[in-house]
Formats: sequence, structure tokens, C-alpha cells
Amino acid sequence: MDAREVILDKYSGRVFKNRKDHIVELDETGVPKEIAANSRSVPGMMINRGCCYAGCKGVVLGPLRDTVVITHGPIGCGYYTWGTRRNKADSPDGRNFIQYSFSTDMQETDIVFGGMKKLRQAIKEAVEIFHPRAVMICSTCPIGLIGDDINSVASEAEKEFGVTCIAYSCEGYKGVSQSAGHHIANNGLMKRVIGSAKDEIPEKGLRVNILGEYNIGGDGWEQERILKKIGYEVIAVLTGDGSYEALTHAHTASLNLVQCHRSINYIAEMMKTKYNIDWIKVNFVGIDETIRTLREIADYFDNDEIKKRTEEVIAEELEEIAEERKFYRQKLEGKTAGVFVGGSRSHHYQNVLKDFGIKTVIAGYEFAHRDDYEGREVLPNIKLDADSKNIETITVEPDKEFFHVALDKERFNELRRQNVELEYYKGMFKDMGDGTITVDDFNHYETEKVLDIFKPDIFYSGIKDKYMIEKKGVPSNQLHSYDYSGPYAGFKGAITFARNTYLSIYAPAWKMLTPPWRTHPTLEGTMGDENYA
Amino acid sequence: MRQVAIYGKGGIGKSTTTQNLNAGLGEMGKKIMIVGCDPKADSTRLILNGLAQQTVLDTLREEGDDVDLDMVLKEGFEGIKCVESGGPEPGVGCAGRGIITSINLLEQLGAYEEDLDYVFYDVLGDVVCGGFAMPIREGKAKEIYIVASGEMMALYAANNISKGIKKYAETGGVRLGGLICNSRKVDGEAELVEAVAKELGTQMIHFVPRDNMVQRAEINRQTVIEFDPKCGQADEYRTLANKIDGNDMFVIPKPLSQDRLEQLLMEHGLMDA
Repeated sequence: MDAREVILDKYSGRVFKNRKDHIVELDETGVPKEIAANSRSVPGMMINRGCCYAGCKGVVLGPLRDTVVITHGPIGCGYYTWGTRRNKADSPDGRNFIQYSFSTDMQETDIVFGGMKKLRQAIKEAVEIFHPRAVMICSTCPIGLIGDDINSVASEAEKEFGVTCIAYSCEGYKGVSQSAGHHIANNGLMKRVIGSAKDEIPEKGLRVNILGEYNIGGDGWEQERILKKIGYEVIAVLTGDGSYEALTHAHTASLNLVQCHRSINYIAEMMKTKYNIDWIKVNFVGIDETIRTLREIADYFDNDEIKKRTEEVIAEELEEIAEERKFYRQKLEGKTAGVFVGGSRSHHYQNVLKDFGIKTVIAGYEFAHRDDYEGREVLPNIKLDADSKNIETITVEPDKEFFHVALDKERFNELRRQNVELEYYKGMFKDMGDGTITVDDFNHYETEKVLDIFKPDIFYSGIKDKYMIEKKGVPSNQLHSYDYSGPYAGFKGAITFARNTYLSIYAPAWKMLTPPWRTHPTLEGTMGDENYA
Repeated sequence: MRQVAIYGKGGIGKSTTTQNLNAGLGEMGKKIMIVGCDPKADSTRLILNGLAQQTVLDTLREEGDDVDLDMVLKEGFEGIKCVESGGPEPGVGCAGRGIITSINLLEQLGAYEEDLDYVFYDVLGDVVCGGFAMPIREGKAKEIYIVASGEMMALYAANNISKGIKKYAETGGVRLGGLICNSRKVDGEAELVEAVAKELGTQMIHFVPRDNMVQRAEINRQTVIEFDPKCGQADEYRTLANKIDGNDMFVIPKPLSQDRLEQLLMEHGLMDA
């Protein structure tokens, strides 16, 4: 049996039928393989996915620092999304509300009589106390069930207080994972925020937005530092340490840099249609990847001075980390890793691992779509299921006033020929192969199986399975929150990442324990229900 | 204690029938509580001689933790205890959740006294969601009466409600006690309702004739028995009360297929129309 068969072996008929298409063995690099993704998880399985609300509030809207994001619902949803993502933010204009959690704290009688009054009151209080630039309202499951008209409350409040109020129907039960919430948040920002300042577009400039960078552990700051050092102007970051204010000017940028493809590609595409702003898939995770990214951006602007400055900055940054880079490379060379996170990170982090000679033998996404695995060329072949059709898709029209001058068609094609990912993402598979394995929507049983089969030296995941992995004696570092560390992006970030990896692998505390279940079984049971098969 | 739920199509006369029948039971010396499960809170108006009732949910909302049974429970004609669950205004919130909350609260407050002979739930319309099925869930009402008439939509509703009862009957202990025909004076009405009842596996427990006396009593905020105890219609309700008190036919209904139901309607009365 090969690895894939071992993982699937114990499943009953129906579970096997579902899971077999989510597990792909990649033998040779470059041979296209298809994977099932963005579909419903199997009931009863311990999976790592989040909900639609988590994607909308927790991921995309939460990091906006000058904005109050109100969770409309019982207190649990607001409380458990409070500060857990470690998206850092500064306070340049005195407005930084991300350390707060705002919720309407719906009680039983509010559910029965409706929560609109309470929501109105919550907006009023938030505006009066904090004077935010904008108020975002995120709906939770019970709000969808009782049908509170959050849009009418938002537009009333906007008139009354003169502050932008936007309502998001991102009830947790929508879609199959947090991915649905990203899309809903993207739609709201595109409709109401991006470009709303309507300021003139400067004729020329090295103006970029960073899309899909959430400043976990300060990643975004590190990217901005490097970009500014070269001479770029960063207009807006979506949304790590981002601001409503900056987003309203985002239409004036010349190029969108897309870091997390999964959570923000909708906005990248819509800004292309509406403002004719090109987007390029970048990756600031990993030393070689950061260099590639910086050179491609310079290529895009085709400006000799910037190209020269880029090389200078790369050389400076490499110089600074040279010694540590060598040390960690020596210590980590030949190790193996598993990476299972998000919808883009599992790809990004394979590159930084490669920098230090670590081979990724297992990788998977929680909530990615097929294009994140196989590349955007499969987009026309993805058949939308009912769950996806249930999520609103908006279309935008070219904005005559703010339409940018397009990059010369020939130049665009030339860059594409050089494999610059302009309006393109190649996906994760093309960088994998050699018997490695990809699992979509991992569950805990499968995680245990792959640990047994591949015995990786380290497994990167999140809080939901971290300790399950460590109890098996494998070190596990979190790539959602970076545990308590970061930044991991850029040159210096790569070293921080390598240091944490080195510390984890060389201090295998969990492996040294002999828990009772190692020596004799503490539980007995059978796999699955035979009747279900 | 017998717990009884009354269902039926909207506007069919559930509240009127329930209260008049309860007046009859009250006269017989039975100790009764009526729980109105309609957000409009008009299920106990005739017993209380007016809408003097503060609802359970309003009280819960206004008083918070400090809720007493006296605040929501009022005694009316023949000592019948009346409670209105209440609920949100139309178009907002969740009336179904309201019923669940309200019945749970009544239990907590000890409204279900040992010495009650009857608890009647007057439930609005169809069993549209889980909340409206609350009165027939495990440990609540064990018997149900459906108020119907010879009109097509009333019988459609009765059949649909039977489907809901069947579901709960199979898991819990709830049973259908019969159809109460609240006459609309349509042709062949008694025969038609009886035929549908028979197909459902139950009975038409009583045929309540149409009488303007009911309206007259209603406008005076009274049940017929209180308003004019000697009139014929008062006796009709007394008979219904007696029949229900002596009823021993409790069944799991067998809902009809749409085709069969329509066929019955054609056979009885509607053919000539």
C-alpha cells in the first residue's frame, strides 16, 4: 500500500468515497493532478476549519485598526475571536481598536423580540465612545435565523451618525468553511470602501497595495520596511495594520501585490476590472522567494533606478542575516516537515523551509479551492456547487474616471513568459513532487496517520491539532498565530522562523516522555460504524 | 393532569372554541390552566373578560431575573388560570423561540401545579417550526385536538398538522384525540369532516354548529356559557367539554395523501359547487 492507501484504508465506504479525492500523491513535479477542495467536510470528523463569520470578521475585517467591528450575536462568537489571530496594529492617528472586542451580547429575549434595537444602540455607543472611521457589523448564526435586518440598521445609523456603517451577512453556517466569509468581506469592502475617497490618480509613481497580508506577528511591517527601503510607496494594506482611511485611497495604487491568494483574490480581480490595476502574486515568506518577489516587482515597474536599488537592498539584507542563515542551514539541512494551514500559507512556507534545506513531505490546506492547489488555469473547469452558489458574487464595471493606464500588452505578455505571476497564481502542486502528499481539509485521524507514515521532524499547523501532534512526540509550531513569535516574512523573518524551528526540533521534550498510552492501550474501539458503510 | 394542545388553521376559531370548551369544563368543577401560545396574546380574552394580561415574554424582558408567577398568571371565569406566552411584533425576532422560552419559564416558576386537571395550549396556526411544536414535545401535551371546518383549506391544514403530530407521536407519546368541527355551514360539512377524521384514524369528536350567539358573547368579552348560560350554543360547548373529558380514543394519525384528501373533498359536498 502506498501512503495514500494507508491513510484511506480504515475508512468505511461512504467516507472513503468522499475522502479519496481530497488526498493526492504527487510523484513527479509538473504533472497536473486534480484534487477535490472547497466542499463539505464529513460529519463527525475533527477538522481544523473555521466558519464563515471567522473568515469575514476574524480574518479580513478584524485587522482594520481604525474601524469598530461589531459582532452581532451572543457573546461567544465575539469573545473567541478576540485577539487570537495576533494581527498586530499601530496607532498613527490615535485610532486602534483591535485590542477591543465589540459585541451586541444577544440574550434570550433579544433573540425572541429581535436584536435590531440592541444593534442600533451598540453602534451608537461605539461611535460616541471611540469615534471610529467606520463601523462594520458581522452577523452570527442566530441573527440569520431570526432575520434581523442588519442592512437597514446600518444605513439608518450611517445617516444618523455620519460614519460609514457596513453590514455583513456572514452567518457561520454559510458555505463550507471560512472561505465563504473572505468572499463576503471582499464584496463589502469593494462595494463600499475601496476607492471611496475618489482622489485623483497621480500620473506616475511606485505605488503599491499589499493584498492578503494580515500582519500576523508583524509580517506586514517587515514587508513594508523592505518595500519602503527600496523606494515604493505602500498605499494600503489589506488588511493587516490596515485602515479604512487607507483603503478609501487604494484605487490610486499602480500595482496590487497579492500575498494570500485565497482570501483576497476577489478584490484583486475586481480592482483590475474597475480600475485596471494589475495584480501580481507575490510571496514574502522565504529568502529566495522574497528576492524573486522584489525582482519581479522591479521588473513590472521597469525602472532602472529601482532595479538597482532592489539589488542593493537584497545585498544589504542578505549580508545582515548571512551568519545566522548559515548556522540554521547547517542545523536544519535534511530535516523533513509537514505543513498544514490556511489557503496559501502551506505553499508559502514550503519555500522558507527549502531555504534551510528542509523538505516538505506533507502539505495541505484547510479551506483552499482547487486553484490554490492546481493553479488558476483550472478556474474554468471548477464546477460551482450549491454551497458556493449560495455566496453572493458581485460584478463591477470599469470606472471611467479612475481607470488606470494599462501596462503595454506586449510587456505584459513578456512578463508572463518570464513566469512572472501577473494575474496568475500557479498553485502549490507545481512546487511539490517526489512522492510527497497533499491532503485537503485534514482531519485529526489523517494527521496521526501521516505522522506515522512520514515521521516528519516537525509539523506546522494550528492550535486545534498542535498538542495532538506533540503528544505523538512530533514538535508542532503554529503557522496561524506563530505561537508567540514573528515576524516570519522577509529576510529577517526567515531567520526568526528558522530559529523557532531549530529550537523545536532540538528540544523534543514531548518525545522524551513515555505517556501511559505508549506502552499499553487505554481505550478500545472500532473504526467507524459498519452500518454507515 | 391532562395536557391538551389545540391546533388548526389560522382564523378557524381555535381560541374561541378552546375558551368556550374550557368554560364548560370549569363548570364541571375542573381545575384548568390555559397557556396561550400566540404572539398576539388573545387566547384568554373571553375567560378574563378582556385583554388584561401581561405576557410571559414581556415580563421576562422588562423584569429580567425578577419574575413571579403572579405577574403572568391571572384567574378568570370559574377560576380558570390564564397565561399568555406573547412574543415579538410581526416581522421581527423569533416567535417560535419565544414559545420555548415561555413554556420553560412557566415550568421553572411552578405554574404546573399538581392539582390541575387540565392544561390547554392554544397554538397559532400550523406547526411551522420547532417552537410551535414545543407544546407537543416530550413531557408536554399528550393529546391534541384539531379545530377544522368543512372548508378545503381547513382540512388541508388539519392533514398537515397530523403530519407533525405523527412525527412527534413516533418519538414521544403525543396522540391525536380528534377533530372538532367548528361549522362554517358548508354543504355536507359534518359528513366530510367525519370522513376525513375516519381516514386519519381518529374521530370527529363534536360538531359545533354556527351560531351568532358566539359573536355576541365575544363582543361582550365573554364565553357563551358566561354570557347566556341557558342558550342552546352553551349546551353545545358543554357537550364538547363532556366528550373531551370522557374521551378515550387517542391515536397516531395516518395523514392522507394530497390526492386522497382532494378525492374526499370531491365526494362530499364540493362536487355540486
